[in-house]
Amino acid sequence: MARAVPNSVKARNTAIAWIIAILIFFPILWTILTSFKTEGAAIADPPVFLFFDWTMENYTTVQERSDYFGHFMNSVIISVGSTVLGLAIAIPAAWAMAFVPGRQTKNVLMWMLSTKMLPPVGVLVPIYLIFRDWGLLDTRVGLVIVLTLINLPIIVWMLYTYFREIPSDILEAARMDGATLQSEVIHVLLPMAVPGIASTLLLNIILAWNEAFWTLNLVAANAAPLTAFIASYSSPEGLFYAKLSAASTMAIAPILIMGWFSQKQLVRGLTFGAVK
Amino acid sequence: MATQHSRAAARFMIAPSVVLLLAWMLIPLGMTIWFSLLRYNLLMPGDNPFVGFENYSYFLTDPAFQTAIVNTLLLVGGILLITVCGGIGLAVLLDQPMWGTGIVRIMVISPFFVMPTVSALVWKNMFMNPVNGLFAYVAGVLGLPAFDFLTAAPLASIIGIVSWQWLPFATLILLTAMQSLDSEQLEAAEIDGASAWSRFYYIKLPHLARAITVVVLIQTIFLLSIFAEIYVTTAGGPGNASINLTYLVFQESLQRYDVGTASAGGVVAIILANIVAIFLMRMIGKNLDA
Repeated sequence: MARAVPNSVKARNTAIAWIIAILIFFPILWTILTSFKTEGAAIADPPVFLFFDWTMENYTTVQERSDYFGHFMNSVIISVGSTVLGLAIAIPAAWAMAFVPGRQTKNVLMWMLSTKMLPPVGVLVPIYLIFRDWGLLDTRVGLVIVLTLINLPIIVWMLYTYFREIPSDILEAARMDGATLQSEVIHVLLPMAVPGIASTLLLNIILAWNEAFWTLNLVAANAAPLTAFIASYSSPEGLFYAKLSAASTMAIAPILIMGWFSQKQLVRGLTFGAVK
Repeated sequence: MATQHSRAAARFMIAPSVVLLLAWMLIPLGMTIWFSLLRYNLLMPGDNPFVGFENYSYFLTDPAFQTAIVNTLLLVGGILLITVCGGIGLAVLLDQPMWGTGIVRIMVISPFFVMPTVSALVWKNMFMNPVNGLFAYVAGVLGLPAFDFLTAAPLASIIGIVSWQWLPFATLILLTAMQSLDSEQLEAAEIDGASAWSRFYYIKLPHLARAITVVVLIQTIFLLSIFAEIYVTTAGGPGNASINLTYLVFQESLQRYDVGTASAGGVVAIILANIVAIFLMRMIGKNLDA
């Protein structure tokens, strides 16, 4: 609002908002804090908040016992791999639909969206059997393929909504000025498309990193990314709070930071452009 | 601009996406429907005779199915109620002038980026555990007996965990929609003496209607398929107390290896999701014309 707001009102809003925000954020904060405690301090009664002996011991233990770094790399390879593959397939499609729209463009887009509505459990059995017969179970390649396909509609849609905002007049202007097709693409279109592609990349890595359904069902020990690896803590191991926290903190930190930078894109990507 | 030539090129550029998605959709879907009509169990080798709708009648009359359907609806309904009401409240709050908006926003949206297995395990062990959990400690301070959340109220506990994950999503979308509201309209209403409540009820809420619909529909699609949270917290138990449709089909297929029954369950899940999808597609389609 443009008008000046009395400081008392602002102070009241600030207090309420901060209290609620801290409550919502608390489980994450608590996990991060617990990851630096000894196992004893993690279950101390009464709980200790900040004044404990900070230690990095849990991080090293988690790595030593279970090749944490290997699982972390699986997450990186699978989420980045499926995103890059998805972009390679989707960029030409979104580009064509945005700049050379035909009569069927809208129908194709809506149909792509409809594939996203298919509940994964509806195709779990056939995908599992195909993976078993083709030797794709518990492989990174298999998971990359599945995550590329399940996120492809979102990638196409997001890119399409960005590309559509590039004014096509600018192309004609460039052409008038004697630009060749090649320089048109490199100097005019590409710079305008890069932010949209970057946002799509970011959001899709987040979605792929956190994907749990296919990951839990299609991989076991070898190709397990962090979502599946952390699930193994549901056994009594989970009662080692400090180690669970250390493993969790490392698993969520990179995505949390990326997420903070992609708030706006998140809205656009997950509502298929319905809310901007 | 669109010449014959560029049209052909466009088709060529769109083809890979369409072919891949078509294959991804039709082949497994066809297989699911076909399997659902066979007596097919991976533990019993041999030929898989065609049995018509036997799997469906078995699946639909299984008492676990009725529990699963009721639980699925309770999960979706409960989480929607909490996240939409909470989301509206938070969107209104965060839209107010205050200090440190950026940090508040970051804290509020963070749970959405926590992977489902992590949030489920953190809640299960560090908060809801009846011995060492933080809630048990708080109960102790208040002089109340410790409550074993995931045993005594498994479904409500899962609703709580998943609501925590999705509240940021609802908040973020409703806040985005709220910020597109013309502030002059609000100021005019204020000058005319409209109370804070009537400004909310008559101006803000109607403005949010569309975004609320989008939130409800999109969340429903995802919430019908809740899986990881159940998998790591209760595994559907105790008994079948926290089983949902997705989890039941998972049990039939990858735990009991009953491909036929699981496929019939999969078809039922697809039909349920499609009912929601039709409404969502209409909303988004309308937006595409605008």
